[in-house]
Amino acid sequence: MAKELLEGNAAIAEAAIRAGLEAYFGYPITPQTEVLEHLARRLPEEGRVFLQAESEVASINMVYGAACAGARVMTSSSSPGISLMQEGLSYIACSEVPAVVINIMRGGPGLGNVAPSQGDYFQAVKMAGHGDFHPIVLAPGNIQEAIDLVVLAFDLAEKYRTIAMVVADGSLGQMMEPAELPPMRPVRPPAERPPWALTGARGRQPNIITSLYLEPEVLEEVNLRLQAKLQEIAANEVRWKEYSSEDADLLLVAFGTVGRVCQTAVREARRQGLKVGLLRPITLWPFPSARLAELAGQVRGMLVVEMNAGQMVEDVRLAVEGRCPVRFYGRLGGIIPLPDEILPELERLDKEC
Amino acid sequence: MVTVEIPADMELVYKRPQSLTETHTHYCPGCTHGIIHRLIAEVIDELGIRERTIGIAPVGCSVLAYYYFNMDFAEAAHGRAPAMATGIKRVSPDRVVFTYQGDGDLAAIGTAEIIQAANRGELFTTIFVNNAIYGMTGGQMAPTTLPGQVTTSSPTGRDVETAGFPMKMAELLAVLPGAAYVTRQAVFDPRGIHRTRAAIKLAFQTQLAELGFSLVEVLSTCNTNWHMGVVEALEWAKKHMVAYYPLGDTKVSDGVRALMETR
Ligand SMILES: Cc1ncc(C[n+]2csc(CCOP(=O)(O)OP(=O)(O)O)c2C)c(N)n1
Repeated sequence: MAKELLEGNAAIAEAAIRAGLEAYFGYPITPQTEVLEHLARRLPEEGRVFLQAESEVASINMVYGAACAGARVMTSSSSPGISLMQEGLSYIACSEVPAVVINIMRGGPGLGNVAPSQGDYFQAVKMAGHGDFHPIVLAPGNIQEAIDLVVLAFDLAEKYRTIAMVVADGSLGQMMEPAELPPMRPVRPPAERPPWALTGARGRQPNIITSLYLEPEVLEEVNLRLQAKLQEIAANEVRWKEYSSEDADLLLVAFGTVGRVCQTAVREARRQGLKVGLLRPITLWPFPSARLAELAGQVRGMLVVEMNAGQMVEDVRLAVEGRCPVRFYGRLGGIIPLPDEILPELERLDKEC
Repeated sequence: MVTVEIPADMELVYKRPQSLTETHTHYCPGCTHGIIHRLIAEVIDELGIRERTIGIAPVGCSVLAYYYFNMDFAEAAHGRAPAMATGIKRVSPDRVVFTYQGDGDLAAIGTAEIIQAANRGELFTTIFVNNAIYGMTGGQMAPTTLPGQVTTSSPTGRDVETAGFPMKMAELLAVLPGAAYVTRQAVFDPRGIHRTRAAIKLAFQTQLAELGFSLVEVLSTCNTNWHMGVVEALEWAKKHMVAYYPLGDTKVSDGVRALMETR
């Protein structure tokens, strides 16, 4: 298939259709409404399910239901809407049903604004809901990667029976660039739904999907099983990209759109004679900690750049364990940091480390 | 399982429905959840739909209903069973889906979900158990608690000036075009139990005929948290609950009426 000029949100929506999405439940919120609008038009065309829910609380519980029934299902929202989904996400995680959630992040806290932000890093990575769990968190840096990661999200969600969340800031949702959509996968017929799904107990014992375990010993066992699964994911699914890191003695760490800005900063810094490299985590959970630890032995210092007050920087510091200084630069309120702001920070890092 | 030979001169007239498991329930002695479970199970057996029915348990005393029903079951977050049922039914339109919800679950925290599902005419059935109190959390005021009724969170009796009046859900939902069959019944005596069974059957038939959303509100007792004896609770409910919550159908769509006539 050839490249075409695609808008981020529409590309994400169409990628989900190509990946075999059977049902979508969502509620409008800027800057991701185009995901919902695209699916409102396209899913009925394909004979699949689209439903505009009454709220994000309802959306996520509709997703929970459809996932329990064994269908490929997704919802999308932006920051405040994801906050409303957190109880449902926790139930889904404990019940071990697969679900894909898109968060096109906007400025916060509160109603904030509709400008691009990465303020929901902690929420996605550390505390997507109450209790002990992590969704798989995928952070695309451009529209092609967003398309590819949406397809991957469905595969990972089903493989591990977990939540796969794709997080991108609003600018990625709204921008246009050339990208290639994958071919259309056939939709899995209802007769081939997984054996654990709620399809009616025909000729078998009933299936029960619950997140309630009243006996502490039993709930501990459930948690240990969840943790073992998370460890398996952490061992197998870490993804990141490096730019000019081979000979770098200073390292930028940034995800999503900021990673892209940092690529420009790397080029400009190198023109000034600074040996700067970049690591861009693609999975925010699991986090590329081992690779960062390795690089900490190679570089003099790291600079983490984010569109928040310093969230991923904590994970970088945990990975580096003091082996090199880790500095932070961030912009808030929906402002994208520019290479011109990042360069002086790199110069300072160069002088001080 | 206990197997008993039936002597040749006797006829089996009463047995556990196939749609119930043999598990003993955790419900308090005197609680009417057990009766309502049995009625649903009998109807599912009678309609021959057990193997294609998916039930959804609420958060409330009936949170463990999936242990008692012998069919596929999910356990929803508090109040969200109608959203979950929507998700299941939309991707499995040839399956039968029902939610089983208490009054706190349906008429307080889950008000939006039930109203919106009814309004969309979702093709599932809701069994709504109104016992005028929050049973599971130990007897707090519910949206259905009667004026003046004493609970742990309305220790001097429900004050309608500050807490509002009890919600009449069957009447409220009836005005929505998507709701095809809405009725209120009570399980306080054999006659009421019989009528409730017929209503539950009609509600499932409404779903099977794809006529729209169906809901049976069942007035129920909670002798434990009402601090009454079993018989006293039934008498109190008959006198006070039925007075505030009139029994009978609040919505019968033309399609459902036609269905009733063919029965
Ligand atoms: C989000 C959330 N809030 C509160 C609770 C606590 N809670 C559990 S059951 C319940 C009340 C249930 O009452 P009702 O729906 O009337 O059912 P009953 O127990 O009387 O059958 C509450 C408030 C919860 N589990 N989840």
